[in-house]
Amino acid sequence: MMRNTGRRWKRLEESEMKTESLRETYGEELRNLGRTHSNLVVLDADLSTSTKTAIFGKEFPDRFFNMGIAEQSMVETAAGLALSGKKVFASTFAVFLTRTYEQLRQSVCYNNLDVNFVVTHAGITVGEDGATHQIVEDLGIMSGLPNMKVTVPVDSVETRSVIDYLANQGRGPYYVRLTREKFPVLNDPSYEFRPGKATVMKDGDDITIMGIGIMVSFALQAADALKSKGIDARVVNMSSIKPIDRKAVIDAARDTGKIVTVEEHSIYNGLGSRVAEIASEEYPVPVWRMGMRDTFGKSGKSWELFDYFHMGVNDMVKFAEACFREEPRYENLS
Amino acid sequence: MEQYNVMDLKNIARNIRRKIIEMVYEAKSGHPGGSLSIADILAVLYFKEMNIDPLEPDDPNRDRLIMSKGHASPGLYATLALRGYFPESLLGGFRKLNSKLEGHVHRGVPGVEASTGSLGQGLGIGVGIALAAKLDHRDYRTYVILGDGEIEEGSVWESFMAGSKYRLNNLIAILDRNGVQLDGYTSDIMPLGDIGRMVESFGWEVLDIDGHDFNQIISAVEKAKKATDRPVLILAHTVKGKGVSYMENNPKYHGSPPANDEEYRQALEEIGGE
Repeated sequence: MMRNTGRRWKRLEESEMKTESLRETYGEELRNLGRTHSNLVVLDADLSTSTKTAIFGKEFPDRFFNMGIAEQSMVETAAGLALSGKKVFASTFAVFLTRTYEQLRQSVCYNNLDVNFVVTHAGITVGEDGATHQIVEDLGIMSGLPNMKVTVPVDSVETRSVIDYLANQGRGPYYVRLTREKFPVLNDPSYEFRPGKATVMKDGDDITIMGIGIMVSFALQAADALKSKGIDARVVNMSSIKPIDRKAVIDAARDTGKIVTVEEHSIYNGLGSRVAEIASEEYPVPVWRMGMRDTFGKSGKSWELFDYFHMGVNDMVKFAEACFREEPRYENLS
Repeated sequence: MEQYNVMDLKNIARNIRRKIIEMVYEAKSGHPGGSLSIADILAVLYFKEMNIDPLEPDDPNRDRLIMSKGHASPGLYATLALRGYFPESLLGGFRKLNSKLEGHVHRGVPGVEASTGSLGQGLGIGVGIALAAKLDHRDYRTYVILGDGEIEEGSVWESFMAGSKYRLNNLIAILDRNGVQLDGYTSDIMPLGDIGRMVESFGWEVLDIDGHDFNQIISAVEKAKKATDRPVLILAHTVKGKGVSYMENNPKYHGSPPANDEEYRQALEEIGGE
């Protein structure tokens, strides 16, 4: 587990003044890496202006392959390029990559190839496009694949660091989950991503909120509100879903005795499930999971949807307080 | 490399077929039908046309072959062993625990370029390898062997489009048109239409041949090597189970070995050689 040194975190209110697009950061970082890494190639499936791989494609048209609306062929071609020694990045929307599960499984993961799938528009923050595009099952699908590693960058700083890591040190297939919306910048520019390392964004002794993505920002806000209720919450960014920081979970269980997980994903097969598995194996304590409860999303503004699905800051405060006070949980879900 | 004439290649193909039967009978499972149908093509590719060296399996300039129909593992493994990538004695481990010779084509086997088995993925992999050759200014060729039932998978057509878009004249696909798939005849299970015209309309050059006529196979591959602006599909008309009378055109032997010692002996007798 890592601790953020220096300025640990910014309040969301402050951060709202400084939000940055994760996918824009991705596209720009790909372009920067393209200048120094001549064997880096990028594929997309007709969404490059949205995933932002077009930024790379514009400067390196010879190393950018737009495969059309043909994700299966994109994944296979990515495998072929990686078999030939290329460092491959392939992008589309998260929901559309899942239709290639079997290509991912056989052509990429079974062959254990250096292909980095950086997907955007995951989760309910797709907003108005609605349920068809709001995938909340992808982390489970990807985590189940042998050899596949999975991460959910919390902000633009972590996104940049993840992409740098993959271009320079990454081995084997990787799934990186980005979003449509801009997210608050939480990390210092000096932050460095390491697979399997969680980051304590705020320390606390009474309860631990472990989150991914935008929910980490919400958790920091919730921690502020909990403080006024006399509850000192630890907030941990669990961006590396696989490998996962087991020690961070064990520490949380031992130090705070209760864990709440928060994710813009189904409570099944994502962060909550992983944390509950580890806690039950290593240091059993109550683990309450907040997320999408076996349901599809819905059209609406991204931020409205968190309230609609009871995953907003206010819900999180109630949820964590109930967990801390060991109140019956289901009364506190709505 | 030694120059093999057609008579030599026929003998090699016969040996490939013998090994196929021996492997699936020893394993009591496996896919002889679609391995026997491509034995002549494999003999031509690995013993005459491909630029490969079993002693340098990682040579960046080597030709690559992706066995997209990964159930034809007995055919490919037998060919690789006979070509000298690994000892023939290892073929006995086919489909057994602690052998590298997985049931479907596995990259851990020397000479195998990519693991395959779930259909419809090899042509896309071939597109990627061929693109890499263009990027690296290398003149190796990429061969992909497809089954005819396999092209019922839509992903294959995605890759036909991609091969055409990128003008991959270094990509040669060979379609094993044997007319049989697991459940029966392709004409019953899912009629495939005029494959040659379909693939041509996707922007490929199509060469129609008898996949058991060595001269036709050789001249088609040599013509495909001269392609200038587009990929080539060699549409090879073959017989599933070729060389073993009771297996020929019999869907049962898509995925079943000889049923008993008598069938086994008959198969080897009909194939001949040794």
